[in-house]
Amino acid sequence: MINLAGRDILHSWSKFVLTGLGLGLLIGVTFTMAGVYRGMVDDAKVLLNNSGADLWVVQKDTLGPYAESSSIPDDIYRSILGMSGVAQAANVSYLTMQVRKGDTDVRAMVVGFEPGQPGEPSYLVAGRRITRSHYEAVADVKTGFAVGDRIRIRRHEYTVVGLTQRMVSSGGDPMVFIPLKDAQEAQFLKDNDAIINQRARTGANPALNRPGVPGLLDAINASQNSNRNVNAVLVRVAEGHSPEAVAQDIRRWKHLQAFIRAQMENILIAKLIATAARQIAMFLVILTIVSAAIVAFIIYTMTLGKIREIAVLKLIGTHNRTIAAMILQQSLGLGLIGFAIGRIAATIWGPFFPRYVLLEPGDAVRGFVIVMVVCTLASTLAIRAALKVDPATAIGG
Amino acid sequence: MKKESGIHIEGLSKRYGEGATAVDALKEVNMSVAPGEVVGLIGPSGSGKTTLLKCLGAVIEPTQGRMTLGGEVIYDNGWRISDLRVLRRDRIGFIFQAPYLIPFLDVTDNVALLPMLAGRPNGEARARALELLQALDVAHRASAETSELSGGEQQRVSIARALANRPPVILADEPTAPLDSERALAVVRILNQMASQYHTAIIVVTHDEKIIPTFKRIYHIRDGRTYEEAGEGRALQ
Ligand SMILES: Nc1ncnc2c1ncn2[C@@H]1O[C@H](COP(=O)(O)OP(=O)(O)OP(=O)(O)O)[C@@H](O)[C@H]1O
Ligand SMILES: [Mg+2]
Repeated sequence: MINLAGRDILHSWSKFVLTGLGLGLLIGVTFTMAGVYRGMVDDAKVLLNNSGADLWVVQKDTLGPYAESSSIPDDIYRSILGMSGVAQAANVSYLTMQVRKGDTDVRAMVVGFEPGQPGEPSYLVAGRRITRSHYEAVADVKTGFAVGDRIRIRRHEYTVVGLTQRMVSSGGDPMVFIPLKDAQEAQFLKDNDAIINQRARTGANPALNRPGVPGLLDAINASQNSNRNVNAVLVRVAEGHSPEAVAQDIRRWKHLQAFIRAQMENILIAKLIATAARQIAMFLVILTIVSAAIVAFIIYTMTLGKIREIAVLKLIGTHNRTIAAMILQQSLGLGLIGFAIGRIAATIWGPFFPRYVLLEPGDAVRGFVIVMVVCTLASTLAIRAALKVDPATAIGG
Repeated sequence: MKKESGIHIEGLSKRYGEGATAVDALKEVNMSVAPGEVVGLIGPSGSGKTTLLKCLGAVIEPTQGRMTLGGEVIYDNGWRISDLRVLRRDRIGFIFQAPYLIPFLDVTDNVALLPMLAGRPNGEARARALELLQALDVAHRASAETSELSGGEQQRVSIARALANRPPVILADEPTAPLDSERALAVVRILNQMASQYHTAIIVVTHDEKIIPTFKRIYHIRDGRTYEEAGEGRALQ
């Protein structure tokens, strides 16, 4: 027996390929949407991995530093260092802002870190680590900066000395790493007018400007204009200690929140990108329905175009099963073409997306199964129409 | 009962619908066609020709009567065959007004499809198809697309298809309607050749004045009743 579906596809291959192309682009978009979600999850994991930390210590009752803002004094790390089971502890600060280079600016997350401590980018694709304590920066390649570029963060210029890869915030903004002191200044730096106004306000307050207490006003002004806060302390736990136990100690004794790696991952994935994930899930559902509708419509139209042939096939003794199989196979064939084109398209255009698009083989397998199921369901309409064809109609009137 | 080959119909009736709107399309029709014989079935519009062909072709069920095919009773006030699809596939050949070839199969496979449907291996089915295409003088187009064939060639392929499973009977529904007189006569000549070569009983429904004189025997059908008549049996050259 010959394969009727295969013959029909070969015979009208241009129709199948063109339809498959359209369907394929749609499937490609679907894969990409899934890839964007996978990319976000992966970015989150990379972000946590590259920080080199076992614990994230943040302000009490917050989900900082990525999901909520957190502010803690910058001397707390010292007392954490003194706790049992803590190998390293270091301040970090995060600030999302526009980083200028010449006339253009790039949205970036500026990370302040202490060299040699947790929070330092562990792997550079170009250049070197920061060696000076001021005005050097390491930028992610996605910022578009190159080694040697001079970039401007607030009032100061920094020289890009190294480049990282895949270091982006959960919002997708590439990171720029600068020394912690510079970052603290950038975060809380006031312009001169603001400082003058602030001083005038403080000076006019009789409670703060007491004639009998010389030096009080200067002390207050000095305290107001220096910033002693950071967003989080990253902790590396000493070997042989459980991160959860150390985290519990920190929570109990320091009145701070401490998250272990798994909790941090949960915050990033289940909370921070949850809305984006639901958004993408909604897209996936709609794209699946649209693809199903397209396949159903195409296969139905193709079948209606073959009603006469189907009547003849039935009259000369073709089994209903054979005819149903023919339509089903065509639908699956179309799905197969669409799947292949979609997969190729997603692979081709994925790297051009601003955010990382991760096409997981597992998603390809799931996508393949879904495409096949959708095509099977979509063919039922056409199969029903074909089975209703009366072989008597082949004999005219 | 004596085994008689060919096709025989006794008292076959067909009523469409019920009650006041019922139409008696066939009224106790009798007909007998021997193997190797080609008979014409002619009659005015609405007389019941297509209805008779559909009953013979086992695509509609008669209301009453009896039909035997190749010596076997296939209908006796009810179908005596459990699988009409297999009956149509193996024992009835169909030729239509237009060739109605399957456009996505090449010429050979259009013919070979029938033996294949009947479970013959592809090689054997194709060999039989080629043999028939040779007999019908279209073997040189065996691997062509059906759309590349002329109208006459297509009609010959459809005749080969009707013969493919060596059915005892072939039903032809206005097979010459779209053809000019020369081509129409060629088709009738082929049908006669095939009937004697393959011992097939062939019933040709037609309006076509050009070919009516060629039949040796004609069934006239009028108002659902058949009348047998000797035809002119004009020689075909
Ligand atoms: N499905 C049907 N339901 C009801 N009546 C029908 C049906 N099919 C045919 N008839 C009626 O049965 C009668 C015979 O019809 P049939 O189609 O057999 O005629 P015919 O000889 O083939 O005519 P023509 O030469 O015009 O094709 C007509 O009166 C027709 O109206
Ligand atoms: Mg008719």
